[in-house]
Amino acid sequence: MSRADVLVDADWAEAHLSDPKVVLIEVDEDVSAYDGGHIAGAIRLDWKTELQDQVRRDFVNKEQFEELLSQKGVGNDDTVVLYGGNNNWFAAYAYWYFKLYGHQDVKLLDGGRKKWELDGRALTADVPSRDKTSYTAQDQDLSIRAFRDETVAAIGVKNLVDVRSPDEFSGKLLAPAHLPQEQSQRAGHIPTAVNVPWSKAANDDGTFRSDEELAELYKEAGLDTSKQTIAYCRIGERSSHTWFALHELLGHKDVKNYDGSWTEYGSLVGVPVAKDV
Amino acid sequence: MAKESIVQGTVVKDGSPVGGAYVRLLDSSGEFTAEVQTSATGAFRFFAAPGDWTLRTLTSGGSTDTSAAAVLGAVVELTVEV
Repeated sequence: MSRADVLVDADWAEAHLSDPKVVLIEVDEDVSAYDGGHIAGAIRLDWKTELQDQVRRDFVNKEQFEELLSQKGVGNDDTVVLYGGNNNWFAAYAYWYFKLYGHQDVKLLDGGRKKWELDGRALTADVPSRDKTSYTAQDQDLSIRAFRDETVAAIGVKNLVDVRSPDEFSGKLLAPAHLPQEQSQRAGHIPTAVNVPWSKAANDDGTFRSDEELAELYKEAGLDTSKQTIAYCRIGERSSHTWFALHELLGHKDVKNYDGSWTEYGSLVGVPVAKDV
Repeated sequence: MAKESIVQGTVVKDGSPVGGAYVRLLDSSGEFTAEVQTSATGAFRFFAAPGDWTLRTLTSGGSTDTSAAAVLGAVVELTVEV
């Protein structure tokens, strides 16, 4: 696995806009962003209504994911290129999610919507239509997904990487500073976690930093590469961004994303919490 | 509101609002904290902890840094010229 296998730049995407085997998919926190304009030919995926079970807190199951991608016209052998706003947070989340269900060829558009817009590249409001497919998903690859018990057991044992902002990590804030402050019952972080904000893995324009810079970043933070790693944030989207950097770009072998993240951990009864303020 | 401090404002170019600009909130050590995109009327808003912040505004024309001081229970209003 190398950077070129998992990350494409805007020039590559532009050159493949009419490639029938390449499916561009926009995934945003603000799902209305797509309506205002998206990359030509791109379809939309709603991380909240389409990727989550609408009753329980969990993902849609394998059959629902198969039905979803079939309806969207995504084939098993298609190259899926994901992009979105918020420095690709939700696109990285979708990338991890596609990997969870075993999609072979999935890539992220480096820099996402932001880089595309800052480059002054074209967006369109035209919604493409794709023929229905018969998509087959794999069982979830749980080697990349961490649950709460495993995360509690990882305290002091595995690398725990908290990728939220410093104020969320310390316990000063419960959510990123651009969102209303609500969510978990307690503020703080998992004891022994190191704080490497996801943003340190990205440049101002939303593209990922170089492999050398990323390796240095996590080394300086004290990540022991001989240990397994669990990344978490608030709801699992920013930690997908860091999971991508560690697992897909740097090639660390055993890295999991804890999608329950702080909204689950910070509401658990009886677990240890570290708070710095 | 009494428990929050808000930094908000408008991004303008030659007196006209700039929609779709990216505004990054950096803490006093230059650490990235949050980012929003301006509305069609150029507006942005952060729930920032009290203290000194830098707003870095990105447009296709480049990048502009602006200082802001957030105060508990107050709304700080800024105009960013790009």
